[in-house]
Amino acid sequence: MVDLALPRGAVAGQQLPILPLSAAKLSYGTSTGTWVGPIDLTIDQAGVTVVLGPNGAGKSVLLRLLHGLLEPTTGHVTWNGRPMDREIRLRQAMVFQSPVVLRRSVAANLRYALRIRGYRGAALHERLDAWLSHADLVPQARRPATVLSGGEKQRLAIARALCGGPDVLFLDEPAANLDGASVIAIEKLLQTARDNGTKLVLVTHDLHQARRMADEVVFMVAGQVRERAPASRFFDQPHNPQAQAFIDGRIVL
Amino acid sequence: MIEAIRGAAIVALWLASVVVAGSAGAAERFIIVQSTTSTQNAGLFDHLLPVFEEATGIEVRVVAVGTGQALKNARNGDGDVVLVHARAAEDAFVAEGWGVARHDVMFNDFVIVGPADDPAGVSGMHDAVAALKKIAAVRAVFLSRGDESGTHSKERALWAQTRVDIDAASGTWYRETGAGMGATLNTATGMAAYTLTDHGTWISFNNKGDQVVLVEGDKRLFNPYGVILVNPARHPRVRAADGQAFIDWLLGPDGQRAIAEYRVNGQQLFFPVRRPAGPNS
Amino acid sequence: MQDFGDAFGLAFNLILQGDSDLAEIVGLSLRVTLIAVAVSCAIGFPLGAAAAIMRFPGRQGVVIAMNALMGLPPVVVGLLVYMLLSNAGPLGVLQLLYTPTAMIIAQCVLVIPIVAALTRQTIEDLATEYDEQLRSLGVGGAGQAATLLWDARFSLLTTALAGFGRAIAEVGAVITVGGNIDHVTRVMTTAIAVETSKGNLGLALALGIILILMAMIVNGLVMTLRTQWMSRAYG
Repeated sequence: MVDLALPRGAVAGQQLPILPLSAAKLSYGTSTGTWVGPIDLTIDQAGVTVVLGPNGAGKSVLLRLLHGLLEPTTGHVTWNGRPMDREIRLRQAMVFQSPVVLRRSVAANLRYALRIRGYRGAALHERLDAWLSHADLVPQARRPATVLSGGEKQRLAIARALCGGPDVLFLDEPAANLDGASVIAIEKLLQTARDNGTKLVLVTHDLHQARRMADEVVFMVAGQVRERAPASRFFDQPHNPQAQAFIDGRIVL
Repeated sequence: MIEAIRGAAIVALWLASVVVAGSAGAAERFIIVQSTTSTQNAGLFDHLLPVFEEATGIEVRVVAVGTGQALKNARNGDGDVVLVHARAAEDAFVAEGWGVARHDVMFNDFVIVGPADDPAGVSGMHDAVAALKKIAAVRAVFLSRGDESGTHSKERALWAQTRVDIDAASGTWYRETGAGMGATLNTATGMAAYTLTDHGTWISFNNKGDQVVLVEGDKRLFNPYGVILVNPARHPRVRAADGQAFIDWLLGPDGQRAIAEYRVNGQQLFFPVRRPAGPNS
Repeated sequence: MQDFGDAFGLAFNLILQGDSDLAEIVGLSLRVTLIAVAVSCAIGFPLGAAAAIMRFPGRQGVVIAMNALMGLPPVVVGLLVYMLLSNAGPLGVLQLLYTPTAMIIAQCVLVIPIVAALTRQTIEDLATEYDEQLRSLGVGGAGQAATLLWDARFSLLTTALAGFGRAIAEVGAVITVGGNIDHVTRVMTTAIAVETSKGNLGLALALGIILILMAMIVNGLVMTLRTQWMSRAYG
């Protein structure tokens, strides 16, 4: 089991929870129109929230707005009432559809993330070894990250995101275009994180993955949230007709 | 990462040592002499300077450019002594207060060189002005330094006596290279052209090709060299004492003898103004 | 054609005899150029990285200027640096004119734009790829620049070699600020200039051959070390 205890050397004291994450009247648009929103949303500590919907629904944009990679056109995002600051930035992480690995060894990639979060020496090595093991990358530890397969790179990206012990992990279609074995390995890794108390916000258009992973579902179409419900209820009895259509496998525009 | 840091440290140490070793020379005693390409290329300094340095311990650093540039550099205070061969320019330099005084140090002569087959028919002439007229008459290619050097000044003075309009002819048979003596001689060999050169440079020049000396012996081809101390009153950083020591040595019996003794292929290139006393004169 | 044949033979003999004048000139050439390249990279890498990732009004103009400065004529640079270091100029008190340091300065002026412009292009390409991920990890401005520079290190080595090539081959700048003083500021290129003006074309060509050999050896060494570096780091 991974120890998600706080890093030695981190700022003492200040460990107020950063959840719930609140978005108020959030929207993002350009001169050609509004892509996403307005959205009011609160996400709190409860397992895996899957953001589900057809392609082009604005799920990725919403994720980036919540993670602070995009400035909203209207509205704001707060973390337990606080606006984004450096501490909050370091307590969340994101994994992208195409993994971005640094041109150094696998282990060095993990070391990079750990050092930013203040880990040094023995504590750093402990977490590094632990996450190499969780991601099943121990034999590749010294190899250049760039020669890994797509699935291995994504496992590395996830391990790198999680090794610093984030409170929240955002994932944008992490298993898209990967082979079955990789998908299994990745979902197992995510379960580990979830079981240790990390909040996961997972964007996917894959209905089956949503069924496997979700504790709750936020269903989006055309930039708006159409329905939000615990997973069991959503898949059996969605209230929104577009949600029903999506679950039935019909094309939703 | 550790290896990278170690590697970088080794490189940095090496660079530092190299810089330190190089700057050790900065504390030595030296003067800077602004001189001409003709004296440099003739190899005179290679012969003279070791003798002076041995006798006085003063290193002489020669910057060899055209006379015009040498005097300009000296006006900026970037030299302690000037050794050039353009009398009018030298006198102006002193008159304007940039130099302390001008002294004759040595002389040789100018010659006109050109292709052995001599299309202008000037071979053997002793009248430089008449020879130039003949060259202009057949429009044979003539190369000018075009750089306000001592050679260039002499050349223009001679053309002035021919009443040929060389400025109008520039770019046709009269071509200005704007370059040093060596470069101009290379071009002359390449083009089989006529040109005026100091005798010293010619004798020591190693790309004569089919070019030969065609005109010499005219009194107007006399080429005196002057040496001037840059005025410390105008440029306080001038190394006046050491610079004067060099001038005194050049003008004294040892320097004058050294100048006379310099030979290339058995030929003497420069003639001291003072007949040196002693067994070798 | 005679000169060509002579030249190769001459070059061979000069190297074999370990001619001390030659060694001195080769040593000074390498010293001046290697230091200039090192300093230029120390300045040019961060400059290029900053230009790649920063956004500010007039950025396009800065990029254009950087690229244009790659074509600075060496002889003009020589003139400008001479005017700065001359006793009649603002930095005359430093007494740097006609020293190897002046030559290093002049070569830096030539090489920094090359390093900066090529670095900017390399880093910009990488930055778009890395931008979101680095921001997500919590890496800002200077940290981003450092990470990008390190990740681009093998391309940057080639950039440094480009700067080296430009510096080792130029004569216009070093001859004006160095004065081509025998045993003090005479390097390979200025020595070639002097021998040419003496009409010693064979010797000049021989020196040219040796200069090219020098450049090839440096490039070869760097590329070999680069390959070793890559394989050793990643076993």
